[in-house]
Amino acid sequence: MAQVRRSAPVYDVVVIGSGAGGGTVVQVLTKLGVNVALLEAGGMLNPAKDFKEHMWPYQVPHRGAGEAAESYFGRKDFGFFSAVNGWWEIEGEPYTTAPGSSFRWFRSRILGGRTNHYGRISLRFADYDFKPYSRDGLGTDWPISYEDVAPYYDKVEEFIGVFGSKEGIRSAPDGIFHTPPPPRAHEVLIQKACAKLNIPCISSRLSVITRPINGRAACHYCGQCGRGCVTASKYSSSQVQILPALKSGKLTIIPNAMARELITNDEGLVTAVSYIDKTTRTEKQIRCRTVVLAASACESARLLLNSKSSRHPNGLANSSGVVGRYLTDTTGYSMSGHIPALVGMLKHDTDGVDGGHVYMPWWLWDKQKEAGFPRGYHIEVGGGYNMPSIGSFNRTIQRHEGYGASLKAKIREEYGTFVSFAGRGEMIPNEHSYCEIDPDVVDQWGIPVLRFHFKWSDYERAQVKHMEQTFTEIIEIMGGTVVTKQKDISVPGEIIHELGTVRMGDDPKTSALNKYCQAHDVKNLFVADAAPFVSNPDKNPTLTICALAWRTAEYLAEELRKGNV
Amino acid sequence: MSEVTRRDWLTALGAAMLSGGISAEAAQHVHQAVAEAKKPAAGAYKPKVFTAHEYKTLQVLADLIIPADEVSKGAVEAGAPEFIDLLCSGNSQLALIYTGGLGWLDRESQKRFDAVFVEAKPDQQRALLDLLAYSKNAKPELAPGINFFNWARRMVVDAFYTSPIGIADVGYKGNKGMAKFEVPVEAIRYALKRSGLG
Repeated sequence: MAQVRRSAPVYDVVVIGSGAGGGTVVQVLTKLGVNVALLEAGGMLNPAKDFKEHMWPYQVPHRGAGEAAESYFGRKDFGFFSAVNGWWEIEGEPYTTAPGSSFRWFRSRILGGRTNHYGRISLRFADYDFKPYSRDGLGTDWPISYEDVAPYYDKVEEFIGVFGSKEGIRSAPDGIFHTPPPPRAHEVLIQKACAKLNIPCISSRLSVITRPINGRAACHYCGQCGRGCVTASKYSSSQVQILPALKSGKLTIIPNAMARELITNDEGLVTAVSYIDKTTRTEKQIRCRTVVLAASACESARLLLNSKSSRHPNGLANSSGVVGRYLTDTTGYSMSGHIPALVGMLKHDTDGVDGGHVYMPWWLWDKQKEAGFPRGYHIEVGGGYNMPSIGSFNRTIQRHEGYGASLKAKIREEYGTFVSFAGRGEMIPNEHSYCEIDPDVVDQWGIPVLRFHFKWSDYERAQVKHMEQTFTEIIEIMGGTVVTKQKDISVPGEIIHELGTVRMGDDPKTSALNKYCQAHDVKNLFVADAAPFVSNPDKNPTLTICALAWRTAEYLAEELRKGNV
Repeated sequence: MSEVTRRDWLTALGAAMLSGGISAEAAQHVHQAVAEAKKPAAGAYKPKVFTAHEYKTLQVLADLIIPADEVSKGAVEAGAPEFIDLLCSGNSQLALIYTGGLGWLDRESQKRFDAVFVEAKPDQQRALLDLLAYSKNAKPELAPGINFFNWARRMVVDAFYTSPIGIADVGYKGNKGMAKFEVPVEAIRYALKRSGLG
């Protein structure tokens, strides 16, 4: 270990990971005057150079297909125009799956992590989501309630900016919203069809600002949020929290730093983080008073499990044995349909905000018996006159044989006449779904990797069946026909809402963290990503990651001030 | 509609920049990104992968798949052959699909019409493509040609509709930005009426 150098400064807090959780912790702590070092396993981000917003496909000779025709032979990212992000496979950073299990683990190695490209869906959990066991006897209750988190939802929504409409629906609590953009024409049809089915179809709630705040310009409705937003009108932790926090003078960013292990002293407290400097392939240590793991749920669990010592033989903060357990992903199912009513409509600019301007929150929360499965799902919608890109017309050319003038006329006719629906539902934690250290495999830096075990249960399969029936009904009420439908429930991990692997709870025997996401076993260790989640409701996790991270950061700052950690 | 012109939008972005909304660097990026691409000089393209004959065959095939019509010009004008050649130059598997497919087309044309594909008469060319394009004509011995035709059809469509010609053809109106997002009332009324939901 001769190459290990101890750097002199001791930071109040070392944060590992710069996504939604890490970014929020950095923002809150630096504002409170705390000295923070941020380790990011990927590189720095320069939005002005890295984002390809507003480019036309013909501005590159490969039109976005990739120089090696990646669009036609399997991609390794979300496409040439997408924001720098990540993928389910990263060279040199493998993971394994146990026999009989499938799981795909998405990682993002860049400042801001997945927030640079994520779907921006910002839904509060419902009050009942925090007490799932009390509600239906499945899973486990959270050690906190909606009332504990609500003030932090307020703070996060005010700071990052979320548009939406107040609806008074229990499954979709209202927040502090910017004015939402109106529905597109096909979305008006979807709303009318949903009304006939008694399904609420309301304004989406997305972390996109529609009036200027904190020096960020209002959305300019180019529909390209997924490419990264040069005006930072959509939330990303990199642009909205971390880069601005540099001005405080309290933040040190250490990019290309792959955390390997947490170093503890004789009292069992974390004193330093050992990491690989990827640029030199050497191991370094950074000293800290406290540490916040925000490396993503499974990466944080991996780091704890890899921090073994004689005092912590099962890994750090794991006397309960729950670290890595209770892994869940959101269920996913999608379908598209052709809507003849849209044929011949006046062509107009439907770019708006990237993603649907409307969505359907879970509507059978008080009629679960009618649904036929526990918990629920929400529905996201797609459609409109999108910028033509590689693959845009696949549906039409699969529906119609031939070539020549007739094909050209068909493409012209069908452009913008398809709608799509995607269901995103709650999985209940089960004993078959977890991650652990694979004893046989290490990554390119010698760090032991994760092995995944995963099984959907009949609850999730019944839910997806319900999605299929519902989407078909909506399409048919719109006068349309189903064009494409997913064969089966999504592959675990593909919805990229993996969480629950370092769960919180009141009992140290059955949870790793207390209600402030502080480790029961190690009082100067905190977790601020989706690992502490006790359940995975049908609301995308990011807003709740931010709210819990904000709450944890405030608590941590106060504990530092009091000298308790 | 309060759709703004690109000039209006860039002016708005400039104002946002002055008020500290975005950096000068970011604004510069926006200016570059929205700049129209220069059209490549016609006739100057030298194929990277294909022989002159193969490239000529590909051009004829591309314009048969997406020909000029009363609305817009065809696939060659939209740069489809260049696009396919470029991608083949970066992917040997794709290059094999095309060189093999173009060779198959010539041999089949020779057999049937005693002329390579580009020298066959237009109605002969279409007669051969009809065998590949419609499932009712599919025969096992045509499989290599059908596979190739499916590749060519898909990629010619992609190339055409990602060009300025194809984008204008389908009537995409966006990538301009708007000060405020609005939907033409006329469009909503039309769709509601036709759907029977209005």
